Amino acid sequence: MALISLQGINKYYGDYHALRDINLEIAEGEFFSLLGPSGCGKTTLLRSIAGFEMPENGVLAIDGQDMAGVGPNRRPTNMVFQSYAIFPHLTVAQNVGFGLRKSPMPRADKTRAVEEALEMVGLGGYGPRAAHALSGGQRQRVALARALILKPKVLLLDEPLSALDKKLREQMQTELRRLQRQVGITFILVTHDQEEALIMSDRIAVMFEGAIAQVDTPEGLYLRPNSRKVGEFIGMMNLLPGALRQDGAHLLADIPGLGAVALPRDFLPDGAAPGPMTFGLRPESMSVLFTSSELPTGKFVDGVVEDRAYYGDMTYYEIALQGRQAPVTCSMKNMISRPVLSRGDAIRLAWEPGALIPFAET
Amino acid sequence: MTDLRTSGARRGLALISAPLLYAVLLLAAPMAAILAFSFWTQDYLTIDKSFTLTNYREAFTDPIYRELMIRSLKIAGLVTLVTVLLAFPVAYFISFHVPAGRKSLWIFLVTIPFWTSYLIRVFLWKVILGYNGVLNSGLIGLGLIDEPLTVILYNFNAVVITLAHAFAPFAILPIFVSLERIDRSLLEAAQDLGETRLSAFFRVTLPLAMPGVVAASLIVFIPTIGDYVTPRLVGGPGGLMIANMIQTQFLKLNNAPMGATLAVVAMVIVTIIALIFVALNRRYLRGRS
Amino acid sequence: MSALFRGGWLRLYAALYLVFLYLPILLLPIFAFNSSTVIAFPLSSFTTEWFAQLVEVEALHAAVLTSVRIALITAAVSTLLGICAARAAARYRFPGKGGIMGLIMLPLVLPEIIVAVSLLVVFLQLGLQLSSLTVILGHVLICTPFSIAILNSAFQSLDVSLEEAAIDLGENSWGVFRLIVLPLVMPGIISSLLIAFTISMDEFIIAFFLSGSDATLPVYLWGQLRFPQRLPVVMALGTILVSLSILLLILAEWARRRGVRKRGGAETGGFL
Repeated sequence: MALISLQGINKYYGDYHALRDINLEIAEGEFFSLLGPSGCGKTTLLRSIAGFEMPENGVLAIDGQDMAGVGPNRRPTNMVFQSYAIFPHLTVAQNVGFGLRKSPMPRADKTRAVEEALEMVGLGGYGPRAAHALSGGQRQRVALARALILKPKVLLLDEPLSALDKKLREQMQTELRRLQRQVGITFILVTHDQEEALIMSDRIAVMFEGAIAQVDTPEGLYLRPNSRKVGEFIGMMNLLPGALRQDGAHLLADIPGLGAVALPRDFLPDGAAPGPMTFGLRPESMSVLFTSSELPTGKFVDGVVEDRAYYGDMTYYEIALQGRQAPVTCSMKNMISRPVLSRGDAIRLAWEPGALIPFAET
Repeated sequence: MTDLRTSGARRGLALISAPLLYAVLLLAAPMAAILAFSFWTQDYLTIDKSFTLTNYREAFTDPIYRELMIRSLKIAGLVTLVTVLLAFPVAYFISFHVPAGRKSLWIFLVTIPFWTSYLIRVFLWKVILGYNGVLNSGLIGLGLIDEPLTVILYNFNAVVITLAHAFAPFAILPIFVSLERIDRSLLEAAQDLGETRLSAFFRVTLPLAMPGVVAASLIVFIPTIGDYVTPRLVGGPGGLMIANMIQTQFLKLNNAPMGATLAVVAMVIVTIIALIFVALNRRYLRGRS
Repeated sequence: MSALFRGGWLRLYAALYLVFLYLPILLLPIFAFNSSTVIAFPLSSFTTEWFAQLVEVEALHAAVLTSVRIALITAAVSTLLGICAARAAARYRFPGKGGIMGLIMLPLVLPEIIVAVSLLVVFLQLGLQLSSLTVILGHVLICTPFSIAILNSAFQSLDVSLEEAAIDLGENSWGVFRLIVLPLVMPGIISSLLIAFTISMDEFIIAFFLSGSDATLPVYLWGQLRFPQRLPVVMALGTILVSLSILLLILAEWARRRGVRKRGGAETGGFL
């Protein structure tokens, strides 16, 4: 049974429809992310689970218990706030032990629990320090320890890494993942950073304008986005207008610039009809052939390098193709044996028809 | 389910109810009473509660009231002008030339005198400006003058000097705040675009500081026009202001309705001037943007 | 170089301005310790006689007691009202908020004489005996806006997520207020108490109109100003009053800065 179940949740602020008919099930021990641009309702959804927002209708149950009318202080959830909300007038230990105040535990046990929680987040011995003197990364660890010490069924994280610089953020991503596996608690993470969501999550819900667009595993979302919007939001994607037509037993795609290509019969989702269509193609599904000795693995066309962006490990090329106005973006892993191409170089572009993603909208 | 927003509004109203009730009972109601009184008349020991505009007619025609009103406006206007002009460079200095860590110390130093007894500060000016006062005795002692100066006490000038001193900190604070809000890169941008420091000051700093200057002017003008202590102590007969007449009507002549009328007239005039000032500033700012 | 030059002239001007601000106050101790009964130069000899005389005057003692009592109650009540209003203004949205706050803050820009006469009229009509109580009612009215202004910044800098975090960790509203809100705004409360106390101690006009036979210190002082031979004693009393005010202000500022440090915030602004 799902640990958290949301059915038909709606939330309005006056005329503004902040959450639109949210249906979602999150399993025990799952690392789940709510991903979307700012204002998409992901934080409102998280705060509804925490109990800070009361949805107008729908059912929100945690561990089989209906949460209607249950305040945040009586829910089996704890939260790591975006600002971390570390109480500035208390010490680190007082912050971490804050939620234990009413617990019947003997004082010595509480002290031990606080120390253990601090060690778990790598802050052993920091207890007596003043909280306001901590660095951003340390604050975040204190916030984690403070929430986890209460052994909640669900830990809610509201953009916990957005205030950290890039290096520290990448380090905390692995650490959060490790911590989640260690404690086995369900984590729900709110983020606007698709890379972060892909790296950390078991499953991701992508949200736009108050509604959930797709729920899937990171690979599922990346490889099989169910809409052009999701595809564009996650990773980079070339959007190629074209058409699909039935040619006897074959399904054929006509894509200006890339030519015509036969597709497997199950390419079209159920119920979809041939006709004008947009095809998504990830940059890494295409490759530039550097020498004539390399054999193309799929289809290929001739093109010219229009621009390039060198990333160190990768190079992104903008390739101009015959029959297309806008260039397509193609990424190549850099190798010692491979030269980095320059503007104006004539190349041959190979691509895999199986990597095409159909979007019904044009 | 409960709507947190309406329950938030309920909590806000519950919290504000005590201070609001206090303000209604001890501010709004008394002001309403003053307004009512201004339409009544004193009939020896009792008050005639029939509606009349007699008091207002008297307030606008009697030369004594008119003289006092005009003098109060003149003094308040002059004090405002002097105070703001003197205060602006200080506020500018603190905002632009004092290191960030020392600003609050400067502001603290400037505000301290404001919080000390107003009565004593005004009284001290009487002691300073008096015929045998500190200034005259000091100047004679230094051999700079032979006879005590008489133009400095018990007249219009003495009131202006004293009030300008008393309200100085009032003017510095709002100007300082508006100067602090100015993004320093705007000035660099202006200089980058070819302005000199001086022209950047007039084309960027000053317009952006205008809201503070307006606030400072109002915050000085409004209380000075109703000041009672300063004219009594250093004004002499030629420096009395409208507040002294209001007090006289209430406590000496026992004519509360006339006092109330003068109070209402003073407030209405102050309000009109304040509104004109704010409106002019709005138009000025809009013209700029 | 020109910047230094400009700063130099401005610095000189600002220094002179401070001298202008403080000069009158500096005269207080000079003449309070001067043995001549005339307040004028040249100075005579050093004396503490005027302070000694202060101790002997009964009426003065009564006035001091009255003023302190009034100031204490005023400080407590206006701070309490200030807490309610500042909390409501900083945390909640409610209908008519602008108008309500405007009315409560109005005494800040109202000439005190207007407040004084309007209260006098109402109290006399209600048949209320003029006393310390009527002064307190007036003082609370003018001190509350100052309390709100001070407390507003304390409540506004209070991050809502701190309160939410405390609720999330199991506290109810009272626990949140006691454990989080109160400790964090405490410096503001102390600051507000001290400022309201100082204002009430120094306030003259309202006390002059509303005190009846319970003369406050400034009202007593006003009476003394009529007697030239009492002026040195007034200077001595003024010295004590102003020193006390400055002491309280330094305490208030210290409390405010401590609050800023405690919240780990950056130093900004000052009073108001």
